[in-house]
Amino acid sequence: MKIKLLAFAALGALMLQPLTGTPSVAQDKEVRVGFLGGLSGGRGIFGKVQKEGFDLAVDHLGGKIGGLPIKYVVADTQNKPDVGRQQMDKLIKQDKVHFVAGVTWSNVLAAVYKQALDNKVFLISTNAGWSQLSGKRCNPYFFRASWNNDDTPEAMGQALQGKVQNVWLLAPNYQAGKDMVSGFTRYYKGKVAGTTFFKLGQSDFQAELSQIRAAKPGSIFAFAPGGMGIALIKQYKAAGLDKTIPMNTVFAVDYLTLGAYGKSAIGNFNTSFWDPTSKNPANVRFIADYKKKYGKHPSMYAVQGYDAALLMDVGVRAAKGNLSDHDAIRAGMRTANINSPRGGFQFNNNHNPIQNYYLREVVAGKDGNPTIVTRRTIFRGHKDAYHTECSMSW
Amino acid sequence: MSTLLVLEQTLNGIQFGVFLFLISAGLTLVLGIMNVVNLAHGALFMMGAYFASTFVAWTGSFFIAFLLIIPSSVILGIVIEMLTLRPLYLRDHMDQVLATFGLILFFNEGVKLVWGVDPQPMPTPELFTGNVEIFPDAPYPVFRLFIIGVGLLVAAVIYFLIARTKVGMLIRAGASNTQMIRAMGVNIRFLNTFVFGLGAFFAGLAGLMAAPIISVESGMGDEMLILAFVVIVIGGIGSVRGALVASVIIGVFEVVGRSMLPIAMQQIFPLEIAQTVGPALASMLIYILMAGVLFFKPQGLFPARTG
Repeated sequence: MKIKLLAFAALGALMLQPLTGTPSVAQDKEVRVGFLGGLSGGRGIFGKVQKEGFDLAVDHLGGKIGGLPIKYVVADTQNKPDVGRQQMDKLIKQDKVHFVAGVTWSNVLAAVYKQALDNKVFLISTNAGWSQLSGKRCNPYFFRASWNNDDTPEAMGQALQGKVQNVWLLAPNYQAGKDMVSGFTRYYKGKVAGTTFFKLGQSDFQAELSQIRAAKPGSIFAFAPGGMGIALIKQYKAAGLDKTIPMNTVFAVDYLTLGAYGKSAIGNFNTSFWDPTSKNPANVRFIADYKKKYGKHPSMYAVQGYDAALLMDVGVRAAKGNLSDHDAIRAGMRTANINSPRGGFQFNNNHNPIQNYYLREVVAGKDGNPTIVTRRTIFRGHKDAYHTECSMSW
Repeated sequence: MSTLLVLEQTLNGIQFGVFLFLISAGLTLVLGIMNVVNLAHGALFMMGAYFASTFVAWTGSFFIAFLLIIPSSVILGIVIEMLTLRPLYLRDHMDQVLATFGLILFFNEGVKLVWGVDPQPMPTPELFTGNVEIFPDAPYPVFRLFIIGVGLLVAAVIYFLIARTKVGMLIRAGASNTQMIRAMGVNIRFLNTFVFGLGAFFAGLAGLMAAPIISVESGMGDEMLILAFVVIVIGGIGSVRGALVASVIIGVFEVVGRSMLPIAMQQIFPLEIAQTVGPALASMLIYILMAGVLFFKPQGLFPARTG
């Protein structure tokens, strides 16, 4: 009964969501861009920082995309596939956008991609790494400014391969969790001490930690985004496991959540496509301006948002502002000729970045607060595991 | 799996159970005594954690944070009671559910406006950062033992308050017959406010105790609310004793089941299937337990005599 009422009330809340944007008059000389992000709810922070990165890039481009004025519509998926679908529908039919950027979660991407691609609207994922769109379902209208789900754990697998003997694997029990584990074991060929698929959203890990301690593995690999990661690592530290078993994570520790982790994150190893300590001018400028605009250190998610806007820019520029010349826009984006904070990268045949992956460690900075340093480059020009299944070639 | 590990997991279960009791104590009081379905209890839990994070950031002391949590959560509870619940006492549960569901949305978005979307920092208090070896080679976090202590203390305080004091007597009387106690000249309105404030305090306290081990973020109370409802349905609505017993049963059932089930599954099924079925079944365990209890005892394990 209670559950039913809750569901009913939630439905009501859905209907109350505000309408964003107004119907636009079709004009030739403006680029209409939709940012479809999961911006509200407990997990809204991921979408929000991607949008911050995107906005900063628009600032850097002088408020224009490819020299044309931008008409910018923000839509909130609330991290729900059904809401994402409605919002995508609205962006395409009502706002008549040329580009959509955003999408945080793979399950939302799975629900919205078809609408965009069938309507020949360019969709640039600023996060979601659903591997289906990297293989057989790759599409000329779909690009990624982020990664394929498996890439980051593959880098961690490579980092631990040959260095540790016995690893315990931890991931939430849903599709991305399984992808992360299979990505890790694609490159880590050593012994697996055990695998725990915990409940999505779990907040108490004491039972898992007891089990791991008893099994005495050489190392832990964990995929635990958002609050799950914060709870896991705080409790891992409190249980004193950090003294004996190192913790290696993906999508758990980043500048996004470093404040909430506090000192408990120190000693954590993680992999990412972004080296925050890189001295390349685009990265230095990105970090400085992001700090100035938002008053905090940017995270890798902001880099993904930032690059999505730069990709649109290079596409529209290549088409000389002719927004109906999709082939020219695509050709421009495929060059990936942008000043990315991650450094130079290329697109693979499936429009996934071919990029470097770094092993990073959280250490105490000069002021005692945790900061992320890069230890070594794990992959140079890494290609995802699915590109051979994609029939697109160029 | 060794005997020692089973014992340790049982302790983990008891600890998780006592933590669940901290969250459900206030909920069962409010529902049992005031007959109000308070979905905002999880939001009050979240506010307790946010307050705790802020107070610790200001003062650097967990103890001072605790002292400040008392007035802040009680005042918040009283304001909520006066503004949203008071007009709804005579209406049916559906109206209360809608109003308090609205409060969940209000607070989940509100904390993001005030504190921002980032999860908030909350260190473990210095005094409790260590470990003790209860079982050989298995250091146990002192903070978790502290949670057990606080939970049992709360149980004792509530028992004393309800069963042994004048206010407790009035509360019990008010729960069993509102009209009569009003006719006797007792201000029932004040009594309701008091109970709701008390419930809010226990929610805030649970938030304070949870903040050092879980993520302090918007929506953190939603999952806890569901668990708290499972506890009070199994324990018997309105029964504090029932909530304590049910919490510990659920805690042990959940933790031991969660750690053993996937291993047991691997004995029966191939690895691939076991890794899918095991965790899925483990996450359903407490709901299966709830269904079982409701089948045999629809009023819960300890049906409250009042309310």
